[in-house]
Amino acid sequence: MLQLVLTIIIYLILVIPVGRYMYHIAAEKHTFGDPLFDRIDGAIYRLGGISPRKGMNWKQYALALVGTNGVMIAIGYLILRIQRLPLFNPNGIDSMEPALAFNTIISFMTNTNLQHYSGESGLSYLSQMLVITFMMFVSAASGYAACVAFIRGLAGKTKDNVGNFYADLVRITTRILLPFSLVGGLLLVWQGVPQNFSANIVVNTLEGTSQVIAMGPIAALEIIKHLGTNGGGFLGANSSTPLENPTMLSDLIEMYSMMLLPGACVITFGKMVGESRRERLSKENALPAEPASLTARIFGREGRSIFAAMGILFLVGLALCFWAESQGNPALADIGLSQAGGSMEGKEVRFGVAQSALFTTVTTSFTTGTVNNMHDTLTPLGGMVPLLHMMLNCVFGGKGVGLMNMILYAILAVFICGLMVGRTPEYLDKKVEGREMKLTALGIIIHPLLILVFSALAVATAGGLAGITNPGYHGLTQVLYEYASSAANNGSGFEGLADNTAFWNITTGIVMFLGRYLPIVIQLAIAGSLMKKNFVNESAGTLRTCTFSFSIILVFVVYIFAALTFFPALALGPIAEHLTLWA
Amino acid sequence: MNESKKSFLSGLRQTVCVTLILLFLCGFVFPVVLTGISSAVFPWQASGSLVEADGAVVGATHVGQEFTKDYFMKSRPSAYHYNTYTEDADGNRYYSDGTEFGGLASGSSNYAPSNPALVERVEADIEAFLAANPGVSREDLPADLMSASGSGLDPHISPEAAAIQVPSLAAASGLSEEELTQIVANNTQGKLLGLFGEETVNVLGVNMEIAQAMGILAKNGK
Repeated sequence: MLQLVLTIIIYLILVIPVGRYMYHIAAEKHTFGDPLFDRIDGAIYRLGGISPRKGMNWKQYALALVGTNGVMIAIGYLILRIQRLPLFNPNGIDSMEPALAFNTIISFMTNTNLQHYSGESGLSYLSQMLVITFMMFVSAASGYAACVAFIRGLAGKTKDNVGNFYADLVRITTRILLPFSLVGGLLLVWQGVPQNFSANIVVNTLEGTSQVIAMGPIAALEIIKHLGTNGGGFLGANSSTPLENPTMLSDLIEMYSMMLLPGACVITFGKMVGESRRERLSKENALPAEPASLTARIFGREGRSIFAAMGILFLVGLALCFWAESQGNPALADIGLSQAGGSMEGKEVRFGVAQSALFTTVTTSFTTGTVNNMHDTLTPLGGMVPLLHMMLNCVFGGKGVGLMNMILYAILAVFICGLMVGRTPEYLDKKVEGREMKLTALGIIIHPLLILVFSALAVATAGGLAGITNPGYHGLTQVLYEYASSAANNGSGFEGLADNTAFWNITTGIVMFLGRYLPIVIQLAIAGSLMKKNFVNESAGTLRTCTFSFSIILVFVVYIFAALTFFPALALGPIAEHLTLWA
Repeated sequence: MNESKKSFLSGLRQTVCVTLILLFLCGFVFPVVLTGISSAVFPWQASGSLVEADGAVVGATHVGQEFTKDYFMKSRPSAYHYNTYTEDADGNRYYSDGTEFGGLASGSSNYAPSNPALVERVEADIEAFLAANPGVSREDLPADLMSASGSGLDPHISPEAAAIQVPSLAAASGLSEEELTQIVANNTQGKLLGLFGEETVNVLGVNMEIAQAMGILAKNGK
């Protein structure tokens, strides 16, 4: 218990400087690394014919994002199909078949990292580097770029310029992802994650048998896998394997890597919106006399209430997951195996129940999808938490889109409150009107629609049913989890699901694609629409969104919406399993 | 028309160029540079933290192994038997239970808590363990030793799971219980800073010391 509290406190301390740094990158302010990075970026701009100062409106920005991702998909697909060539392929891995390659490339481009192959037998080192590691960088950078553009729109300094996509993509990659990865990667190697180009080795054990041990450029993939909230492992069992995650310290490094940037996004949001507001007020000589409080200065006023709401959702989930796992499995207690220490099936001894529950909650809240224990073997309620957090998809969330989703809920919250008091709702000093509300409703409804419709399709067809490997209610949870993970671009799985079939490869491929690009385009459209409006002055009737009470409202709006959409499905899956298991 | 064609072409050029530059930078330069620095600064870890005995590599510190001999400490059950196998004269490769070895893998059998197959497997493991360790009662079994890890490669067991094996190991190896307890203590690692994670016993480390004490390996073999 104490170790969980401490882990979170350390996170809250670490996220502040990272948030500050990210804000400086997003707002193109001075940082200590400028002399070096300006040169690197300058060279890239010249080579690529990019004019970084040339602004884009939201449509151009979205088009550039989708277009660039399209080119990356084409190149990656090609490499997967020809990976059998003897280039960085010491283990003689064969090329990938088309349906699986389709699924894999969509999965990695959309930052989902759902894996229907096993890294040990499915990918050459060339693919692990040029496809997987590469995509982990650029899919994360694309997400953060979209988020930064979205924030610029909300901050509303100009009427239509949300920034230059190519410049954002390059800056985020060279100034945040690459340097952090180099340092973090070295730390992981220090802890024992292999980083080499040797073939897998076979050793003779003390008992005279043979054992084959995986090798490869694991650390390079491992660090960006977490930093970019990607989640797809080098090996089948992901970060539960001692090769990807050998010690408690490596576990903490990986966990903080995935938590820092999504949290930093919220700080960036708060600071950018706050700065724009201050500039505006100082022009009108209307700056408040009293200085802002410490938390408001760190997180920004608006960022603070969003961060608090996300924090509450996270802690509720963590508490439930930790409690459920600590209860153990009554079916095993019945045959006389002590469950006093909690449920250890599918967990590693070095992490135990507490750090496994924490990692599980983190990986699905921050939509990474890496696992340090097997989620399929979690207790019913313990496994419901990761499922629920992917359904909410706004508890910090990965690579910027979590913040964008949460802003949609914030708009919904001010709308609902506005209806109650009969006033036009306002958010960030802009009137929220019909067009934004329609887009918001659409943006929010896509996610449950994808999950529930495709789950229904899977349980209604033979191809879908064939994948289920656990009997009873848990089988439905396996299906729900797979589509929730796809739609939320998470990528963790109830790994028992036999998902490398044409049905699962194609349907999850479609869900991942739609779940990624539709919301991004809609969210950019909302920002584009809001930024065209004039600022309105705060009045006595304005709902203040920078308060803690707004955080609470936000939490309730998120839970109520989740209950309305997902409760029936959850009742038939994990809740029914829990009730029968403990009956 | 000409204007929009021009802007389309310039957009296409930027798209393709930025993709290729980042492909080279992130997909090639980064892993190669990290490999270079790692092999200079942490050469042992970078090449897999391999452990040698009597001049030959016998395993990796961070990767668990399956042990079946009665004088060796047992690891947790693994669906993939820790990728440990035997090869017959025809080149067929088998796990210790006689099933075919399908190549390098990781993971667990992913039994849901409500899956009857889980109870069956655990029951079978408990019975086999109790038969091999007379004097141990079912209630005293630590849960980790009877449950599969997530990776199927867990190198550790809990200190309780190690302690409970000591009496039967002493009988089979001829070493004293004190000696074995000391060996377990040598290979026990505490929590990080005394707070984070759990206490662990490295099974391969324990068994190497047992082998040395029994004279199967040379004393200085590490």
